[in-house]
Amino acid sequence: MTVIETVPADSEDTRGSSLPRYLALKAGGALISLALVVVLGFFMFRIIPGDPAINMTRGRQVSPGEVERLRQEMGLDQPLLVQFWRFVRDLFTGDLGTSYVYRRPVTELIGDYIGPTLLLTGTAAIISVVLGLWLGQKAAWRRGSWFDKIHTGVALVFWSVPTFWLGLLLLLVFGGGLGWFPTGGMSTAASTDTGIAHVLDVAHHLVLPVVTMVAVIYAQYLMVMRASVLEEMSADYLTTARAKGLREDLVRTRHAVPNALLPTVTLIFLTLGLLIAGTVTVETVFSWPGLGYLTYKGLSAPDFPLVQGTFVVFSAAVIVMNFIADLLYRVLDPRLKSS
Amino acid sequence: MTTSGQAAIRARRRARFTEVVREIASHPSALIGAGLLLLIVVLALLAPVLMPMDRLDVTKITAHGNESPSGGHWLGTDPSGRDVLGLLLWGSRASLLVGFSATAIAMVIGTVFGMAAGHFTGLTRAVVLRIIDFFLVVPSLVLAIVLSTVLSRGLSTIVIAIGVTSWAQTARVVRAQTLTIETRPYIERSRALGAGDRHIIGKHVLPAVMPLVMANTTLTVGSAIILESTLAFLGLGDPTTFSWGSMLKTALDTGAATAGYWWFVLAPGVAIVIVVLCFTLVGRALEAVLNPTLRSR
Repeated sequence: MTVIETVPADSEDTRGSSLPRYLALKAGGALISLALVVVLGFFMFRIIPGDPAINMTRGRQVSPGEVERLRQEMGLDQPLLVQFWRFVRDLFTGDLGTSYVYRRPVTELIGDYIGPTLLLTGTAAIISVVLGLWLGQKAAWRRGSWFDKIHTGVALVFWSVPTFWLGLLLLLVFGGGLGWFPTGGMSTAASTDTGIAHVLDVAHHLVLPVVTMVAVIYAQYLMVMRASVLEEMSADYLTTARAKGLREDLVRTRHAVPNALLPTVTLIFLTLGLLIAGTVTVETVFSWPGLGYLTYKGLSAPDFPLVQGTFVVFSAAVIVMNFIADLLYRVLDPRLKSS
Repeated sequence: MTTSGQAAIRARRRARFTEVVREIASHPSALIGAGLLLLIVVLALLAPVLMPMDRLDVTKITAHGNESPSGGHWLGTDPSGRDVLGLLLWGSRASLLVGFSATAIAMVIGTVFGMAAGHFTGLTRAVVLRIIDFFLVVPSLVLAIVLSTVLSRGLSTIVIAIGVTSWAQTARVVRAQTLTIETRPYIERSRALGAGDRHIIGKHVLPAVMPLVMANTTLTVGSAIILESTLAFLGLGDPTTFSWGSMLKTALDTGAATAGYWWFVLAPGVAIVIVVLCFTLVGRALEAVLNPTLRSR
């Protein structure tokens, strides 16, 4: 799940190739991945378990007539390739099927639930980036010190902690035990607050889920930033900077850190995708009404069209983030541009 | 090859092995990790002796639900009155079993794809690389969720779902090592002597990438155990076996966290963290010793 060494996937050796060629390669790769998501999204839900109509009604009382009607509605009487063609056609018009449990179009449901997820992941991403990068460069600069040892140690422990358990612990201590924070949801039920009071209420509900996500994700930024700064530490230009008489702080913040930031920028975009996936567990623990919670509801039913829809959306989001990371890497590194 | 040549190879491998063992022994954290893991595996194997199954049978137990830790129940009881320590012992079997078997699948797929991506050229390489890239990018949790939703519930489903989604990192490492190995003169010599793909991969590349695969195995077991507990927590596990993840699911469903039943929330999570941390420590030490690119630093 969480992997500290997440670096851009080097499929082809693209160093030295021209920008248009690089763009074409990366865009082509992303498109193929998207196509694979669509193919998997369709066939995993059709081929593996047998009859989708039976699966969709698993665990409920249905008459054979109802199953037959469902089969026709889903187009299961058609050949598989025709079904696939319909699935792709519907996808391009934004139709992901109808949720079984909610009896509403999946696209509509995803639209309703995506806002809270963006709020949660956005806040968590910003905090963990700032915290991780700051601690990482500090730890590297004082390599071998207590500061370094404690912070890399803590990062390693957090790496071994399952996200959902950390959420449960925070819930236990700060929700149930101390009662400082609400134990679930996005706002107080039956509250009629508007304006600033409502914003504060949502922020209050946001604290524990955000802390959980930050704890899991900041460690990656810390480790990468630390490694990145360490790599720069022996560089000649730092000796030059010191020889000019610059204070140690300025050598670090003006010279070493900007160069070390380069590899971490792409990492940030890569992990944003993972962050989105991590919402499944965090939102489940805190019943945060986002896409992850929707997925959980979908798989406990099980509501196949819903799970299929969220799978396509999550995977597509991650692939797009990855593509942006590849582009940024190229744009930001002047050494790659000139060659 | 002559027998004396083979004897020389064997002697060299033995010497390298002792060297590696000595280097690993110089990482104290790895030794602690390995020792703890050994202890945990023994405890998991002894679970039926230490905690006979009928002592966890809901119909036979006398304890109340959610009892806090005491002399009789060191880690308290769960909502149906079962001993948490006993559940923990039995749960370790599922977690370790899934962790090891899923990793075995992931290592086989990862090694095969990694060597193929490094050895072959042209269309084969392009296709294999595309597949590796896809699995690197798509979040493994989401894919594993889909797989375990559509397949029938059970331990084997979880093993497959984790195995199929956790091999891409290994493939990447193996590919890099394969590319390095194939530039060596002895591969060229072998090729000049008429060796085919099968011979080169089987006799030269595979032995050379195995140490890296070993280091990667240890790291992957850790993340496989986390993934297993996450799937079980989401209710996708085997409903008939205890696992640390399913204990935490019960904790969530019964509101143990908000009700303050700390022992039931704490115990399974601490168990997961300890086991995963041990695997990570051992894996990082192995990697530091066995990975040539990390060694030179």
